[in-house]
Amino acid sequence: MTTLSVPSAVASRVSPLTSLKNTATLAWRSLVSIKHNPFEIIDLSIQPLMFLLLFTYTLGGAIAGSTDKYLAFALPGILVQNTIFATMNIALLLNNDLTKGVFDRLRSLPISRWSPLAGRILADTVKQAWSVALLLGFGMILGFRVQTSFWGVLGTFGLMLVFCLCIAWVAVLVGVVASAEDKVQIFMFSFMFPLTFTSNIFAPTSSMPGWLQSWVKINPVTILADAVRAMLNGGDVATPVLQSLGWAAAILVIFAPLAVWRFKRRV
Amino acid sequence: MTNAIVAEGLVKHYGETKALDGVDLAVRTGSVLGVLGPNGAGKTTLVRILATLLRPDAGRAVVGGFDVVRQAHSVRGQIGLTGQYASVDESLTGVENLLMIGRLLGLSRKDAKARARELLANFSLSDAADRAAKTYSGGMRRRLDLAASLVGRPRLLYLDEPTTGLDPRARLEMWDIVRNLVADGVTVLLTTQYLEEADQLADEIVVVDHGKVIASGTPAELKSRTGAQTLAVRPVDPAELEIVAKVVADVVRTTPEIADSVVTAQVTDPAALPAVVRRLDDAEVAVAELTLRTSTLDEVFLSLTGHRTEQEGVPA
Ligand SMILES: Nc1ncnc2c1ncn2[C@@H]1O[C@H](COP(=O)(O)OP(=O)(O)O)[C@@H](O)[C@H]1O
Ligand SMILES: [Mg+2]
Repeated sequence: MTTLSVPSAVASRVSPLTSLKNTATLAWRSLVSIKHNPFEIIDLSIQPLMFLLLFTYTLGGAIAGSTDKYLAFALPGILVQNTIFATMNIALLLNNDLTKGVFDRLRSLPISRWSPLAGRILADTVKQAWSVALLLGFGMILGFRVQTSFWGVLGTFGLMLVFCLCIAWVAVLVGVVASAEDKVQIFMFSFMFPLTFTSNIFAPTSSMPGWLQSWVKINPVTILADAVRAMLNGGDVATPVLQSLGWAAAILVIFAPLAVWRFKRRV
Repeated sequence: MTNAIVAEGLVKHYGETKALDGVDLAVRTGSVLGVLGPNGAGKTTLVRILATLLRPDAGRAVVGGFDVVRQAHSVRGQIGLTGQYASVDESLTGVENLLMIGRLLGLSRKDAKARARELLANFSLSDAADRAAKTYSGGMRRRLDLAASLVGRPRLLYLDEPTTGLDPRARLEMWDIVRNLVADGVTVLLTTQYLEEADQLADEIVVVDHGKVIASGTPAELKSRTGAQTLAVRPVDPAELEIVAKVVADVVRTTPEIADSVVTAQVTDPAALPAVVRRLDDAEVAVAELTLRTSTLDEVFLSLTGHRTEQEGVPA
């Protein structure tokens, strides 16, 4: 006869090291699944290249006079646009985890509570870094030249990834709030398209009507694109970089708590 | 004997819906509890509370010695959960799914891989081990999901409708798997809509309806109370339905149901069948059909509650 079932030793909470390991495992999961998901490879690689080719060769001559000149102007913008479009991925994957019950499975395990979210975001950052590298490399094949230095390239990666980490919270919020995949797409497109196209990423601000210019000038996409242009082509770096970081911080401060609140409510 | 799970007065409301309306239950260590109830009875809500995924509005539950709300993390270290809908990552292979869980549970890469292969072999998934789970059949997904909940060798396992939607063969396979786990000493709480499944697997059954436990006991106790078998008699001439109903009522001592020219009644006494045959013969009623079969959940409900299970179209 058993009298008392003595529970096996389970720590009552997760150590920071274990949290990190959990996050790494879940980021691995997010990356390894790309293998079995051809659409994600297209999303991550072919789509940015397609944008680059299309815009360079269709608009380049008209807007900048030559494709080479246009590339110097547009490549930084396409980097930014691609980053923002790629956050769609995080929203879709997160939403899928929630609706398909994967989060339930993860939450029934004795792991760090935030690691499923952190794992997705970490994996997304890796994917974003890949896209930035791919676009830069392909841009160079098409004739883009870095006018600054290695530090300009490193700064571009750094700033892009910081911005990604902050704007990812918008995607997290959408992924958590939306009841299904199609809603995620509707939400995401309705913020991504207006945001990226009312900027100076494809055409100079001065070519737009005055009422639009006042928004385009403060649009974070414009500012980030200007910062990347400065870091890669030369020019005043400090102002646009600081403004970009300001925007990133503002987005983080608004959306991270909202996303966390809705996340806690949902799971 | 100790209880692996004890729940007292669990309440969970969703707006006006009382998903759970004061549920008490206890599961002895090493036994199987079957939670039997129709769609919308509150089974999934109960499992989610016991698995720390949902906080009850009132009441408490202790699982493996730990409180599900205050010591949720410790509870998670003891349990395995196989939800109603397979919760595997469809874009990962079978091995990768299990490897991920092994790593999350702190196994080394090597051990996690070995455990993954072992479980896949046990569940006849070795051939599909390196295929993405989205290519799996329903039965394979269920097995992978169950395997995922066993990576950490839990002493306590929740199975939420493990065979709903499976074909008869896959259902029998799942039953065998559950029996083997129980033989290894795992305590199991399983929910089901099938009386037969609860009868086959459970040591004790609780019947839930509208968030309340309406009956509980061993399968034998429950059967003797509700009539585990149903007698159905169809007279050749529908005009004789009344006579048949009267004969059946006299023998089984409950009011039979008359529907679609068939008289049905819950039966507890095996001698009822020959008795009915004799009496019908005496009354010279010609019978087109006369059967004694296992009661459906619906029929058990009728005899326990006096109302039929409501068929809600959308499973929750
Ligand atoms: N998240 C939810 N929001 C609103 N109602 C819910 C939710 N989950 C369950 N319910 C309701 O609670 C009741 C019990 O549901 P559930 O526990 O899923 O039953 P079962 O698993 O027995 O089919 C149902 O009426 C269902 O519609
Ligand atoms: Mg259910």
